Amino acid sequence: MDFKDYYKIMDVERTASQDEIKRAYRKLARKYHPDVSKEADAEARFKEVGEAYEVLKDPEKRAAYDQLGANWKAGQDFNPPPDWDAGFEFSGGGFTGGDASAYSDFFESLFGHDFRSAQAGRGQAGFGAHGEDHHARVQIDLEDAYHGATRGITLQHPELDSSGHVTTRQRTLNVKIPRGVKQGQRIRLTGQGAPGMGAGQAGDLYLEIEFKPHGMYRVDGHDVYLDLPVTPWEAALGAAIKVPTPEGPVDLKIPKATRTGQKLRLKARGIPGKPPGDFYVVPQITLPPADTDAAKALYRKMEQDLAYDPRSKMGVKTS
Amino acid sequence: MNQKTLSGILLDEHLELSLNDLCRACSSSAEWIIELVEEGALEPIGQEQSGWRFTGKSLCRAQTAMRLQRDLGINLAGIALALDLLDEIEAMRAQLRQLE
Repeated sequence: MDFKDYYKIMDVERTASQDEIKRAYRKLARKYHPDVSKEADAEARFKEVGEAYEVLKDPEKRAAYDQLGANWKAGQDFNPPPDWDAGFEFSGGGFTGGDASAYSDFFESLFGHDFRSAQAGRGQAGFGAHGEDHHARVQIDLEDAYHGATRGITLQHPELDSSGHVTTRQRTLNVKIPRGVKQGQRIRLTGQGAPGMGAGQAGDLYLEIEFKPHGMYRVDGHDVYLDLPVTPWEAALGAAIKVPTPEGPVDLKIPKATRTGQKLRLKARGIPGKPPGDFYVVPQITLPPADTDAAKALYRKMEQDLAYDPRSKMGVKTS
Repeated sequence: MNQKTLSGILLDEHLELSLNDLCRACSSSAEWIIELVEEGALEPIGQEQSGWRFTGKSLCRAQTAMRLQRDLGINLAGIALALDLLDEIEAMRAQLRQLE
């Protein structure tokens, strides 16, 4: 098992005062709180900081931990020396507000036994306690929001085995992704969280929907945007063209004198729902390359015949 | 392994939850939810407390509020502020995604 350097995790000196440790914890807890931080490892960091604080805030646990010595490095293979905690008496659960099921094997091996039994007697946890809710993020394709889909989701969660040790269990669920779902929305699966204690009900599982980035489309709420390359003549003269959408190609009429960045709306072709979102085509006028003599001649002819100065209102004269 | 396909409830703006539903989902007291409403952090539909309906979005907000209070020790006014700021950040992130 890996040694955990709780001081390093909390970014404090080994000589830090209890007040300094408390301040460091508060700061890190705010920084890595999973509801605040969007970093992918925020939840793991938040739990790690919680575990470090659980040890360092309690003078008895901290003294016992310090006794292991300062020579250990984070990640080093570690087994607690026999009788390492002789002479210490942990007040265990009395201090804790943390989520004990999330603590590492390292923590378990040091403070496991006394701690666990103290936890079990804590507050309402005796019997009939409601199981914890679980949270997970699930990535889907934009097309899934149009049609609905079924996704296999693998969840890992710590569980207590019969001897009171924490093991990680894997579980795969097939979940229906409803049509019309939007970025950031949550799906609640009743009873799919942690099992309850005794007569208590199981917790719920909450899945947060996240769209995978798409090569063509952008999503804003229930509206979907497509940057569409168009030629200068299509933009200037108008044209009927085919446009891809997540539901398949549609015909679009480009009005004459269309500008780059203008929004052409295809009503109700965004993410379905009540009301459905819209689909916006944003034309991007692209220039044909002037890489042949014929093309160059055409550009020259435009220059001569059109007398066009896009900077006429900027107070500078075309030379 | 569980191969049955599960259908969940989409917590969107069409979902309507009672005060009771919200309390159960947050493992909180009704008083606490009422305080969140008084703070302006949750906006139920309906005038009378007995007839309040909350959307799926309110449920997510209430749960976030619960976690912020439990994990960071923030008071109600602070929670209301944090929720508004988190919404604002999320809106800005969405805009950033548009520009990327």
